[in-house]
Amino acid sequence: MTGAATDRPLLEVKGLHMHFPISEGIVMRRQIGEVKAVDGVDFSLKRGETLGLVGESGCGKTTTGRCILQLERPTSGEILYDGVDINGLARQERLALRRRIQVIFQDPYSSLNPRMKVGDIIGEPILVHGLAPDAARRTARVRELLSVCGLDPNFADRYPHEMSGGQRQRVGIARALALEPEFIVCDEAVSALDVSIQAQVINLLEDLREKFGLTYLFIAHDLSVVRHLCQRVAVMYLGRIVELAQCDELFDNPLHPYTRALLAAVPVPDPTVEAGRTFQPVRGEVPSPINPPSGCVFHPRCTLAVESCRQARPELRELRPGHWVACSQVN
Amino acid sequence: MQRRRADSSRRIGSRQGDILLTLDLNTPAHKGETPITLNGSVAKWNRETLRGPMSALLDVRNLHTEFRTGAGLVRAVDGVSYTVDPGETVAIVGESGSGKSVGAMSILRLIPDPPGRITEGQVLFGGRDLLALSAEEMRAVRGGEIGMVFQEPMTSLNPVLTIGRQITETLQQHRGADRATADRRAVELLSLVGIADPERRLRQYPHQLSGGMRQRIMIAIALTCEPRLIIADEPTTALDVTIQAQILELMADLTRRLNVALIIITHNLGVVARYARRVNVMYAGRLVESGPAAEVYHDPRHPYTMALLRSVPRLDRPRQARLDPVEGQPPDLTRLDGGCAFRPRCRFAVAACAESRPALEPAGAAGHLSACFRRDEIATLRVAA
Repeated sequence: MTGAATDRPLLEVKGLHMHFPISEGIVMRRQIGEVKAVDGVDFSLKRGETLGLVGESGCGKTTTGRCILQLERPTSGEILYDGVDINGLARQERLALRRRIQVIFQDPYSSLNPRMKVGDIIGEPILVHGLAPDAARRTARVRELLSVCGLDPNFADRYPHEMSGGQRQRVGIARALALEPEFIVCDEAVSALDVSIQAQVINLLEDLREKFGLTYLFIAHDLSVVRHLCQRVAVMYLGRIVELAQCDELFDNPLHPYTRALLAAVPVPDPTVEAGRTFQPVRGEVPSPINPPSGCVFHPRCTLAVESCRQARPELRELRPGHWVACSQVN
Repeated sequence: MQRRRADSSRRIGSRQGDILLTLDLNTPAHKGETPITLNGSVAKWNRETLRGPMSALLDVRNLHTEFRTGAGLVRAVDGVSYTVDPGETVAIVGESGSGKSVGAMSILRLIPDPPGRITEGQVLFGGRDLLALSAEEMRAVRGGEIGMVFQEPMTSLNPVLTIGRQITETLQQHRGADRATADRRAVELLSLVGIADPERRLRQYPHQLSGGMRQRIMIAIALTCEPRLIIADEPTTALDVTIQAQILELMADLTRRLNVALIIITHNLGVVARYARRVNVMYAGRLVESGPAAEVYHDPRHPYTMALLRSVPRLDRPRQARLDPVEGQPPDLTRLDGGCAFRPRCRFAVAACAESRPALEPAGAAGHLSACFRRDEIATLRVAA
């Protein structure tokens, strides 16, 4: 890896809250509530590290990513990138920062403009940021990026609809790499792909990480993919991180009841292993983030819940070195 | 499967006696010795060696479905044959474009024509050929003897009708039930699929329910007329992991208790391993491997199945340095040649693979079939690879 691991984290998220207002009325518009999409999230990321952010839909993992990408302005909290709070930046500085932070989206169909040729899609950020003003150098760079991502450089002349899902996702990755970023938010980057293609793209992401010393925030719901790709994993539930640990520690020794339920719910592709497992799905559904349960947000579904869980919201505690859990009932 | 289902059985156990099931399992047996025609040639086995003497509930024979597209003729389903026994859970696995959904929709004759057309084959359900029925008779089968559960419950439920109306409509249409009976039965069904406070839910609209709840409604609708077969097309793909587990446990529990056969179409190899007794693997419109789940997973005899199983990261194994993907791209169905469709991505391809498409033939243990020329030697090749 090229990026030297220094002591200072590359990214630090402190007390991040993102509340979306819910309004009612057409003439007299008034706020009647708010969706607490992200409700107090803290984590940090070292240079060259891959952090997995897992959880079910509505847990706030994508919103957290969008705040880091400056696509949302957080309600409160700090996002320090390389020691600087990104929300206090002037326009020019924000633009410069966008070169360093890029994103790969989930859906390779809706995230590529169907009217643009692949070469123009990848070339656009290069043009916008003035990295290669003349067309010839831009074309050469696009061709290079395509081949880095395992595509034929001649695909530059194609339109997205002429490509398969896996090939389109490679185009999305090439576009993210166009500005030579150091940090990439992968938002469900392999979820929409077929099984046989998923492994190809995962390997590509790993190759690129090594080659360019990239740091990833890997947002996903597929736990087996996260385990394969990440060094550390944060599990989110209803806008909060409930468990955060080194990858192997989290999967070998999950402590939070929600993490355990998630892991138990994933079927293993082996009928013999599955026949030997005793399995009971977690009851209930994820509550609404408009009116989350009091105390620990997981208590209505939790098997360990006691009376005190209804009242006090458990803070993240470091129960083992580097293993943080927000549950009052585990030790 | 010896798995505890304490939660779901507790939830629905109290209602168990309320549901009257009148399932007719004495399906008339069809002629057991008929050789199955596949790929233009008469196959070398008969039903006895293939499946034992039991008579199948569903017998799909040499099914072909084509689509005329701007890019050319797509043989989405290209000679598929398989059977489903009463009460059995069969998984159909494949990637997008492999023909797994089109195959299931063909059974129900839900292929839009044009551009699609079922050009050949038979779908014997309880001895009757569904492809030969009139449109009227087919309507009675759909939602009557065969229930359906689709991937996206929001688009398959009618957004402007209440949940209750959508359930009772099926009963009134298929069973001629009066309003009061239908309402009573609707309450029973919602309790059966684990929905609390069913009377209130019946008056609600689909948008007022969560995704998991909507999928439970879909299952209730599928069960309304006591079907003998349910076809579930990616029933949990749009759902979260914990909800997916709940829905699958519910389906497994209900199909077992009510003795309903289930065809589950999925791309998730874990779901298949947990719930299916038999697996059919599809690639480019054909079955490439078929057999008991344990056989297919532990002794795969088709290179595609082998590659697929090898490519997924597994939570129960140590982390690998790198994944071992299936190389290459999925095939373009408008440009298939006469050879094996998996050949361009196959590590074991030989000259013969370019000349003709291999037929599905016995390999390994009883009931295990593979459409690969090297199906017998592949067990040893696999170790070497």
